[in-house]
Amino acid sequence: MLNDFFLTLKEAGLPVSLKEHLVLLEALGSGLIGPSIDEFYLLARTIMIKNETLYDRFDRVFSAYFKGMEDLAALLAKRDIPEEWLMQRARAALTEEQKKHIEALGGWDKIMEALRERLAEQKKRHEGGNKMIGTAGTSPFGAFGYNPAGVRIGPDGGKEGGAIKVWEQRAFRNLDGDVELGTRNFKVALRRLREFARQGAADEFDLAGTISATARNAGWLDLHYAPQRRDRMKVLLLMDVGGTMDEHVKLTEELFSAARSELKHLVHYYFHNFIYETVWQDNRRRHADRTPLWELMRTYGPDYRLIIVGDATMSPYEILQPGGSIEHINEEPGSQYLLYLLDHFTHAVWLNPEPIQRWETVASIQLTRDLMGERMFPLTVDGLSEAITRLRTTTH
Amino acid sequence: MAMRFQGTETYVVSDELKLAVNAAITLQRPLLVKGEPGTGKTMLAIEVAGSLGMPLFEWHIKSTTKAQHGLYEYDAVARLRDAQLGDDRAADIANYIVRGPLWEAFESDEQAVLLIDEIDKADIEFPNDLLRELDRMEFFVYELKQLVKARHRPMVIITSNNEKELPDAFLRRCFFHYIRFPDRETMDRIVGVHFPQLKEDLVQEALEVFFNMREVPGLKKKPSTSELIDWLKLLLSGDVPADVLRERDPRKAIPPLYGALLKNEQDVALFERLAFMARRGT
Repeated sequence: MLNDFFLTLKEAGLPVSLKEHLVLLEALGSGLIGPSIDEFYLLARTIMIKNETLYDRFDRVFSAYFKGMEDLAALLAKRDIPEEWLMQRARAALTEEQKKHIEALGGWDKIMEALRERLAEQKKRHEGGNKMIGTAGTSPFGAFGYNPAGVRIGPDGGKEGGAIKVWEQRAFRNLDGDVELGTRNFKVALRRLREFARQGAADEFDLAGTISATARNAGWLDLHYAPQRRDRMKVLLLMDVGGTMDEHVKLTEELFSAARSELKHLVHYYFHNFIYETVWQDNRRRHADRTPLWELMRTYGPDYRLIIVGDATMSPYEILQPGGSIEHINEEPGSQYLLYLLDHFTHAVWLNPEPIQRWETVASIQLTRDLMGERMFPLTVDGLSEAITRLRTTTH
Repeated sequence: MAMRFQGTETYVVSDELKLAVNAAITLQRPLLVKGEPGTGKTMLAIEVAGSLGMPLFEWHIKSTTKAQHGLYEYDAVARLRDAQLGDDRAADIANYIVRGPLWEAFESDEQAVLLIDEIDKADIEFPNDLLRELDRMEFFVYELKQLVKARHRPMVIITSNNEKELPDAFLRRCFFHYIRFPDRETMDRIVGVHFPQLKEDLVQEALEVFFNMREVPGLKKKPSTSELIDWLKLLLSGDVPADVLRERDPRKAIPPLYGALLKNEQDVALFERLAFMARRGT
């Protein structure tokens, strides 16, 4: 039974390993907890889940799995599950036949009602229940816009009528958003951008230097100090905000926070849609406090690596036409400003959060990519690694 | 069942956390504790050690901490200096091996509690360098050609503030517990533990203000338990009566002595703005 539980967790995309499963079994064998499902829930969570953002998903899987276990006996005893329902459940999607069948049963609404009743009445069977949730999106029931939480009607509609279980409260709901937990990977990738050099005050003990100087000094100690190795990689980050970028906010934030913690010299500015005369550093004061592009290039030398983050999704006019910006009248086309930048910052890449499959189909992405000289990479861990390789090597 | 942690008189602990601690003790696995700042992560180790009568070894991690620092350090410069001055101690390298908290915990005569505090402050690879030490509870001292092995596997409590994500290999070896922010009821108990003499109405009003403040959207840093305790201390010493807190007038949106609760000028500005808007609204 617990092997199934482990596999169910794995299927649900939770990062559990065999090692943890064995530890859980060991813990159960050690008599740590009594025969209580609440304690088992806490124990399993403590051992298997290592991130609070995954608590909610764990709660859902646990609930689906063990709800089924509780109800299995009752379900078998009743034996009144309509066959067609099981049949429908077995298949993931509607067939033509089934559609007719549904018509015959009196249409969607009626089925809907029946389903709702049944779900409330008998909950889910162990494996079936899990499948239900898993395939709700594509199954007939998914078509009604039922989300997993919706399908899994709480115990208030059920028979046992007990108190809501801990895992059903879903207290950690807002922590999980199926977010790809990428900060660590981003950070590891960004570290490759570091470039260490000894600079500044000599405040670190220089062992090799001391040995050599002491030897020269005929064995009398001659202490030597050297400057610490410091990261001297300088990065200028330009980020697109607002508009179509809103859906990529999470990813961009992750990249930004990873960059901030891993890079010593990081400067960031924002732009909207495309690069024009000015950029800004504070989004709340974007209209009051802008930095001209020229000033940017005067302030930060060509030794800065330029990383532009944007989806480059807009009307091609916004790139090619003077006055094409949606916010102001730009004297020169956006493409020209980008070229100025690329001229100054010889090490530059563009990171695009749009999935790479879409690039071909969006004219403005194609345009930007051409302007960047193919130095556009998807904002994924792999894309970032590739981009960093380019940043380290290209001298254009 | 040898030992069970039940919480202490000065530390209110949820059943969930109790189970997590006991599981970690029984199965001898490190326990990783996360949670909002100020929810008592570090206190946990101190209280566990205190209540189970085990010695506590603390290792506070900084951004420059290396895994080696926890094991031992060889003070070569001191030895060189002593040798120059003709000190006899310099003949024995053991005199210059400085033990780290891990070594101390391993060598302890009885089972100890080892706190690795704020592991996320260190370099991103830091936890990976401790895998073997935490797994097998042993390490090798190359200078002495000596294997240090734990006499009793210490109970390891690790805290993290989520500044960096920890590597999977490390996480797999740990148990994990996320300390949730206490609800109203638990908070009542926590305050009761710290200020038994506090008047009931003041506590209620203060908690009301406190939880309302946590609800304000856009706060950069929400006030936490430790800040609430500090604030209550201030209220107590300033003899602020309960009805001042009861003041629900939005024009006075900023509670008295707010400095203990809001630690960030943006947050203070936010509150001032809210108060200003409320004034204009009326």
